[in-house]
Amino acid sequence: MSNLNRSLRAAAVALTVGFASLAARAADTMDNAYWNMPKGVTDVSHEVFALHMAAFWVCVVIGVVVFGVMFYSVFAHRRSKHPVPATFHHSTLVEIIWTAIPFVILIGLAVPAAGTLIKEYDTRNADMTIKITGYQWKWQYEYVGENVSFFSTLEKRANEARQLHSGIDPKTVPNYLHDVDNYLVLPVGKKVRFLLTSNDVIHGWWMPDLAIKKDAIPGFINEMWTKINEPGIYRGQCTVLCGRDHGFMPIVVEAKSEADYAAWLEKMKGGETVAAATTTASDAVVDSAQPAAVEAPVEAAPVEVAAAPAAAVDKDDLMKAGAKVYAANCQVCHQADGTGLPPSFPSLVGGKVVTGPIDAHITQVLKGKNAMPPFPQLSDADVAAVVTYERNAFGNKVGDAAQAGQVAKLR
Amino acid sequence: MRWIKTTNHKDLGTLYLWFSFAMFFVGGLMSLVIRAELFQPGLQFIDPEFYNQMITLHALVMIFGGVMPAFVGLANWMVPMMIGCSDLALPRVNNWGFWILPFAFAMLLSTLFLPGGGPAGGWTLYPPLVLQGGASFPLTIFAIHMLGISSITGAINIVVTIMNMRAPGMTLLKMPLFVWTWLITAYLLIAVMPVLAGAVTMLLTDKYFGTSFFNAAGGGDPVMFEHIFWFFGHPEVYIMILPAFGIISTIIPTFARKQLFGYSSMVYATASIAFLSFIVWAHHMFTVGIPLAGELFFMFSTMLIAVPTGVKVFNWLATMWRGSMTFETPMLFAIGFVFLFTIGGFSGIMLALAPVDFQYHNSYFVVAHFHYVLVPGAIFSIIGGIYYWIPKWTGVMYNETLGKWHFWLSAIFINITFFPQHFVGLAGMPRRIPDYAVQFTDFNQISTIGAFLYFIAQFLMVYNFLRCALFRKGMAPAKAVVWEGAHGLEWTVPSPAPYHTFEDPPHVGDDETAHAH
Repeated sequence: MSNLNRSLRAAAVALTVGFASLAARAADTMDNAYWNMPKGVTDVSHEVFALHMAAFWVCVVIGVVVFGVMFYSVFAHRRSKHPVPATFHHSTLVEIIWTAIPFVILIGLAVPAAGTLIKEYDTRNADMTIKITGYQWKWQYEYVGENVSFFSTLEKRANEARQLHSGIDPKTVPNYLHDVDNYLVLPVGKKVRFLLTSNDVIHGWWMPDLAIKKDAIPGFINEMWTKINEPGIYRGQCTVLCGRDHGFMPIVVEAKSEADYAAWLEKMKGGETVAAATTTASDAVVDSAQPAAVEAPVEAAPVEVAAAPAAAVDKDDLMKAGAKVYAANCQVCHQADGTGLPPSFPSLVGGKVVTGPIDAHITQVLKGKNAMPPFPQLSDADVAAVVTYERNAFGNKVGDAAQAGQVAKLR
Repeated sequence: MRWIKTTNHKDLGTLYLWFSFAMFFVGGLMSLVIRAELFQPGLQFIDPEFYNQMITLHALVMIFGGVMPAFVGLANWMVPMMIGCSDLALPRVNNWGFWILPFAFAMLLSTLFLPGGGPAGGWTLYPPLVLQGGASFPLTIFAIHMLGISSITGAINIVVTIMNMRAPGMTLLKMPLFVWTWLITAYLLIAVMPVLAGAVTMLLTDKYFGTSFFNAAGGGDPVMFEHIFWFFGHPEVYIMILPAFGIISTIIPTFARKQLFGYSSMVYATASIAFLSFIVWAHHMFTVGIPLAGELFFMFSTMLIAVPTGVKVFNWLATMWRGSMTFETPMLFAIGFVFLFTIGGFSGIMLALAPVDFQYHNSYFVVAHFHYVLVPGAIFSIIGGIYYWIPKWTGVMYNETLGKWHFWLSAIFINITFFPQHFVGLAGMPRRIPDYAVQFTDFNQISTIGAFLYFIAQFLMVYNFLRCALFRKGMAPAKAVVWEGAHGLEWTVPSPAPYHTFEDPPHVGDDETAHAH
């Protein structure tokens, strides 16, 4: 027994030391708040933080009292000190008291919480509206009424590092898994209303520094709002399990001063629409696609090019661009060598679609099939490139090439 | 053949417990796969899709294969012995209820070997994601149907037994609290398992028969699934904790050598919790965009649960107060339960505050919360209960020193595993992700180390219980009244308990009940 006691004491000392060093570490990182909720940069987030801390301290006080009583009893009412047990076994008064006290404490928490909740639900009188659409696995942001819209996906280097056995140390990637290609840019000091929905499965949009989170649900439009006080870059990520790459669809908000925001918006409207997907990251089919077997009797005929200044692009250039688009959008499921992961993700090597009529191939990329999502967000040039690439890579030798105009017609 | 055909409540209790033991082991291994992958940022061992399969199956195995069968096993053994009847009312149904389980789990786990792997949409089975599942999807649904049938038959059996077969003099308000909590749990099971069965059946027809219950494009509603699921899911939470309350209410009076404080308020508190469990489900859905009035209602009703739960904790403390306590292994687990379950309760109160929940929701803070109420809550009570009754079952005493070691190591490692998860959750780490931003690394590493140590420490228990159950030669025989302060009918029979007990109804006097009136 004394052996046991000694070992237990040693274990307790080791544990205390461990926790002390942990506490020291925690204190070091306090500024970065890697161990507590961020205070955030909105009035609401400050209120939420205050409520969180209030609830925490209430729990701490109750805990100290309750556990204090318990451990005192464990100490003082053990048999060696207190050999004869008392015989009382109920007391209506005491029981009423300890039913009433928690009730009062809870009301004390519930009232301010209800106040904050009512504020959080008040989306009226917004200065601007952003529509957020979740996709497997990226976000689309539309500036309602501004004709600005783009996709936002995991930053490229992080996407390479996060592959299984990538050999890249995530610590060398700045803001690993918390960075995207295109930030959601918002003005400070304006009430921004968000409309959330989803194109496929349920996603969740969470921005800890703004203390907002809501699910993006297909067929529903959810609302929330924020009003950011300080310019800066804020990071979050998807919070509802949405399939294979749920962990890899970050959210980044860049809050700019009103003037900077206006300039940014002007630039975005000035034709520099973000061809988001070209350089982007994860994107894929989900796990149940049956091997697609579309056979459309369409001959690949040269198509008249619409208004766009799209002179026929050289096939080599298409292949080069296509490899990039493929790596960013298709590779997750169909794999780098095109062999896929059958039966969930069909192989493209000699596949019916990629060696069949080219229009059907383009249509499938644009419209999707079964569990393969549509890729309407890719530009005509990107679709043409990736289609050309798929038909002439991985040992496929169809030999033809798609052009942007052809894609535009099939959209 | 005896074990396949048996209708004896003790045999079936034993089978249930062995089965849940095996499932705890399988589910535990899955959690180690999860924790190993989370030791560092980046993907070292497994593909994200397989990770999703692990979290899904870990939950299904632990809930339906580990915790629930363990409680049913304890009920099988103890309810007839506590109310003084010879067996459950429907012994053949009892046999059937058990033998469904191995087949259900064989089917569920076999999906891992199918092309496309096991279910990966989370145990909550939310559409549309779950509908993207491949061959594993119908098998998972069918397995859940079978588990539901098993639970419902078990629950009906327990209700019928308790209502009809109590020994003369064992009035309802003389029953031990474990019997009371199981009676209420059984009603919860009967009420909600069919709801789950309905929900998953609708998923099945949505996928294969073209219905659109949950498909917005066809006029359905994916949020409706969440409502139906959590109408099952929240009472399910109490199905996993009410019997634990019963066990703790049995152990603490024994080792405090003092009657349970506030017996009737314990019964009423249990009933109130069961009632409230039906009107709080949407707190699992605070972020799906329910209207303000709904949000407020579910926030208030959820907070209300703290009141009866608090009554229980205070009553346990009052039972200990001025008792004459000794700290054998079951008592250690019971005190550990009160302490750590209450911590899980605190984070529960914080989570109930809807506006703040917008920050906690689906983060690791939630993971920490429900593991605190499930591991040092439900599972500690099961372990404590087994230490408490195993001498009665096997006729030999377990090794007390090893038992104490097992408690202390478990209590320490479980905190190392789950306490840091509060921190990463608050700092912004969502749940159900295989990889994370580098600032979350430290706490995840601590958590992984804790998980592995906790798993290893459980082998002390395995050794201790296996010796009692299978290799008892040379072990100290247990007395009929194993614990000095124990009261109740189960202690009036010899140890080990004979194969058939109470074929003639026993006399129920004040000495034979666990509390006075």
